[in-house]
Amino acid sequence: MISLLQEAATTAAEHTESVASSVAHGETETATGLPQLDLTSFGNQIFWLVVAMVVLYWIVAKVALPRIGAVLSDRQGAITGDLMAAEEFKLKAKEAEAAYDKALADARTEAGKIVAANRADIQKELDAAIAHADAEIAARTAESEGRIRQIRDSADNDAREVARDVTAELVRAFGGVVDQGAVDQAVDSRMKGALQ
Amino acid sequence: MATEAHGEATGLSFHPMDQFIVRPLFGDGDVHWYTPSNVTLWLFAIVLATLALLVLGTRGRAIVPSRSQSMAEMSYGMIHKMVGDIAGKDGLKYFPYIMTLFMFVLFANFLGLLPMAFTVTSHIAVTGFLALAVFLTVTVIGFVKNGAHFLDLFWVRSAPLAIRPVLAVIEVISYFVRPLSLSIRLAGNMIAGHAVIKVFAGFAALILINPGLGALVTPVSILAVVGMYAFEILVAFIQAYVFTILTCVYLKDALHPSH
Repeated sequence: MISLLQEAATTAAEHTESVASSVAHGETETATGLPQLDLTSFGNQIFWLVVAMVVLYWIVAKVALPRIGAVLSDRQGAITGDLMAAEEFKLKAKEAEAAYDKALADARTEAGKIVAANRADIQKELDAAIAHADAEIAARTAESEGRIRQIRDSADNDAREVARDVTAELVRAFGGVVDQGAVDQAVDSRMKGALQ
Repeated sequence: MATEAHGEATGLSFHPMDQFIVRPLFGDGDVHWYTPSNVTLWLFAIVLATLALLVLGTRGRAIVPSRSQSMAEMSYGMIHKMVGDIAGKDGLKYFPYIMTLFMFVLFANFLGLLPMAFTVTSHIAVTGFLALAVFLTVTVIGFVKNGAHFLDLFWVRSAPLAIRPVLAVIEVISYFVRPLSLSIRLAGNMIAGHAVIKVFAGFAALILINPGLGALVTPVSILAVVGMYAFEILVAFIQAYVFTILTCVYLKDALHPSH
């Protein structure tokens, strides 16, 4: 196994050597130790680093960052603008709602007023009609009472006349002399009790 | 050279550190300070990636963002919020610098994960320079904004008087260790992850040399590469985030040094 490995290794080494000799010198240069500690390359690295950093700083600070910053602040502005517009619309909507509510309330009170006014008118008419009816009833009652009294009075007088005549005739029939005054008095006193 | 010796014994070649070599971009020769190198190439790839995300992505300037604009805005929002939350309102003045730093480290880490790519943040020269720049800037801001009161940072008034000098020594040491830890944390994470992927990838070639053993090792190593790669994507973001958030913390200390 080991001899096999060694054989393979030697053939491979020969192969790499032949490859190595065929390519350019620069490509086969291998590192001896850490290339980072090769002080001869420091000047080159630092010089080009400074050049690159200056260019990079100019690109970043003078072109890229102002542009991105402007875009970001524009966006922030647009967002706050939109939010403010939305707030305004919200306020308008609230105002519209308030106006609607107010109109509704006004309409309600107006309707209430109209209803109240109509009710008062109707009440007035009703009161007038009732008063009129009461007056008529009172008048009719008075009239009826008057007639009843008349009828009663006339009936009273008739009864009294009849009673006097009957009394006078009775006295005459019994042969008496008719004293009209005494007869009237007697009849009246008797009638007073009967008519009560 | 242990890896190479080992490689020659089995026929496998392990060169996990080759990916970190700084090479000239055109021809070969010495790398001078001005030579366009693979570092240059990938640094400008980072610049272009940032340009694509933050500038090209937002070209619509739309109120309702497109997908790319959304990503740019999220990056902006994340770092802006981080700076505001940690460093405070007065720290927002430094937001462009911190954003630059974040985009740089983020794209350096992500682009480094492309096959054949060069990871600039795996180099201590790069991370060390960035960390030192952060350290020096923050220290200067601290003294300019607070004058001598910046030293309150090291004088813990909430502690008993007797142990304050001891704490001051510890605070000063920890303050000066900041650039070191900041740079080594980032570079170390990048080096380790990329090297481990390369080592696993080296094992994957075993099936070409020894089909018997390779039939077992190769699938496992390929799965390991995939797993490590997924993990490295996470690490790439987390390290960029950590680098940025620590910068914000240091900035906060500079702006408000009292404990």
